[in-house]
Amino acid sequence: MTGDQFLFLILAALSTVSSLLVIFQRNIVRSAMALVATLFLVAVLFLTLDAPMVGFLQILVYAGAIMVLFLFVIMLLNSALLEQRQNFWWGFGSLTALLLVIEILFLVSKSFELDGRSPSLSGSFGSPELLAQTLFTDFVLPFEIASLLLLVAIIGAVVLAKRGA
Amino acid sequence: METNLTPLLPAAEVTLTALTVLLLDLFLREEEKGFLAWISVTGLALAAGMAFFLWGSQEGAFRNTLLLDDFALFFTEIFLGTALLTILSSIHYLRETNIRSGEYYALILFSTTGMILMAAANDLILFFLGLETMSVGVYILTGMWRERVEASEAAMKYFLIGAFATGFLLYGIALIFGATGSTNLTRISFFLSLSFHQWPLLVIAGVYLVFIGLAFKIGAFPFHFWVPDVYEGAPTPITGFMSVAVKAAAFAGWARIFVHQFSVVEHEWGVPLHALAILTMTVGNLLAIAQSSVKRMLAYSSIAHAGYLLIGVVAGKEPGGSALLFYLLAYAPMTLGAFAVLLALKDGEKDNESYDDFAGVGLKRPFLGMAMSIFMLSLAGFPPLSGFTGKFYLFRSAIVSGYTDLAIIGALNSLLSVIYYLRVIVKMYMEQGGVEAQPFAKAPCLYVAIVIAVLGTVGLGLLPARALSLSGVSYLSLR
Repeated sequence: MTGDQFLFLILAALSTVSSLLVIFQRNIVRSAMALVATLFLVAVLFLTLDAPMVGFLQILVYAGAIMVLFLFVIMLLNSALLEQRQNFWWGFGSLTALLLVIEILFLVSKSFELDGRSPSLSGSFGSPELLAQTLFTDFVLPFEIASLLLLVAIIGAVVLAKRGA
Repeated sequence: METNLTPLLPAAEVTLTALTVLLLDLFLREEEKGFLAWISVTGLALAAGMAFFLWGSQEGAFRNTLLLDDFALFFTEIFLGTALLTILSSIHYLRETNIRSGEYYALILFSTTGMILMAAANDLILFFLGLETMSVGVYILTGMWRERVEASEAAMKYFLIGAFATGFLLYGIALIFGATGSTNLTRISFFLSLSFHQWPLLVIAGVYLVFIGLAFKIGAFPFHFWVPDVYEGAPTPITGFMSVAVKAAAFAGWARIFVHQFSVVEHEWGVPLHALAILTMTVGNLLAIAQSSVKRMLAYSSIAHAGYLLIGVVAGKEPGGSALLFYLLAYAPMTLGAFAVLLALKDGEKDNESYDDFAGVGLKRPFLGMAMSIFMLSLAGFPPLSGFTGKFYLFRSAIVSGYTDLAIIGALNSLLSVIYYLRVIVKMYMEQGGVEAQPFAKAPCLYVAIVIAVLGTVGLGLLPARALSLSGVSYLSLR
């Protein structure tokens, strides 16, 4: 076993354990924290696969922004314990999970056939440098307009949520 | 590498005005806030002047993501003019409600920037960002009168449906990028013309998704359900702004993206759009007859007008494209004017928007009665007003391009629309007991807006030649 594989096995095992924790925790805040750990570990997996940009975005967007939003909602709703779900959603969830497992098994079996024939990418593909170069040459105007859009959204949030006139 | 910033001038000027208004808002006392309206109007007028002097240029900037052509400038002038009239008719309205005026004007200006970028964008990403800047601004403006439950409901509905439509648009853009490897419209259309009618399924699916996203924005059938509730709940000046400027911006997208760049794949989207045009105008007109509120009637009438405008998109090419542009220009003053008259009936916190409120207005306030009659007759398509000339050229373009059925159904629909437009005039002159309208002394700017709208409606009807040639030149400037 090479070092790479060893690292992969450790990361994979850890992320499986943490994602199981997400499901089996009764305390919703702990569940959310386990989800943070899972997303973080998946980000590290991306790093080991030579995809640093995807890895960092995973941390920034998912572990950073989206999980903070989750925690906000949880704390606003103030319901620390989940009630047991048994009826319709339980069956629906299991069915979806089963379908996803079948899909993964199918894709894995296919990937053995593809062995050695997968397209290769140039070394810098998906690197932060390349992304930054595109973002600040071809797409510099959309980049700036996005900041305008965010400004409008912030003004809107303040105007609509501020108490009193 | 040198960057050509000229094409950005009008949009930058409007953004700068918006930021100035936002900042000054912090330093002005409550009774001085009226000043902000004048700054906004000055900024808009300056931008309109810039666009006027840039007329005739043909440049690209930012690696051709942004184009400066007569098409973009034509639409820029429509947006700026609409925003200007909206602000003029808002001054009195804001005094009577407690909407925060600084943010209100700034958001109108930001939305206008988004629209200008939509009309000038030659790249789907920039188009999308322009559309979002416009839409987010208008969502907020819809809900700004927070004490009114209807306004909050309308804003929520508009936001959710708008986000849903954005999903379609963005997914379509992603699929088109996946198939062609570019978001630049020129390159996409080059790719499409190379494929010799063997387009990958991905492109066609992407084109249809963009189609649906844009159909939502103009409120075409069957994506029109949000229109009446949102138009009714929004503050009346914003309803006027939405039904003219937001619609014109979406049609700028239809014209540049579909009529011009995607014309190669026309047999894919042409047939569904043909059906959509017929259904949109018929459904809009039939539902408008059943309304008891004039504001709601105008909302349905705006759906019907989206149907007429789609005739221009279906007819396509030179006659259709320039007729579409001319109709958008002609549609602006009469619609904004009708909403401005509606505003003149507003009394304090109370909106007076039903047909019954209009009873006797024509006898008590002859000017308002005459102006409203002109707007209604023009919307119905009576000569010699702008609505007639606009429809005339639209229907003619349909016949020239071989869509006689569209012209006939359009004409029948115009007849149908006479029922509900004339009802307003009948109420105003033949019945009694409506509300008192605001006199000139209390809302001078509103009256100025109405006068401008009357001049525009009559002027474009009597002397359409100049405007018509300008819209032809604008359409032909598309590259």
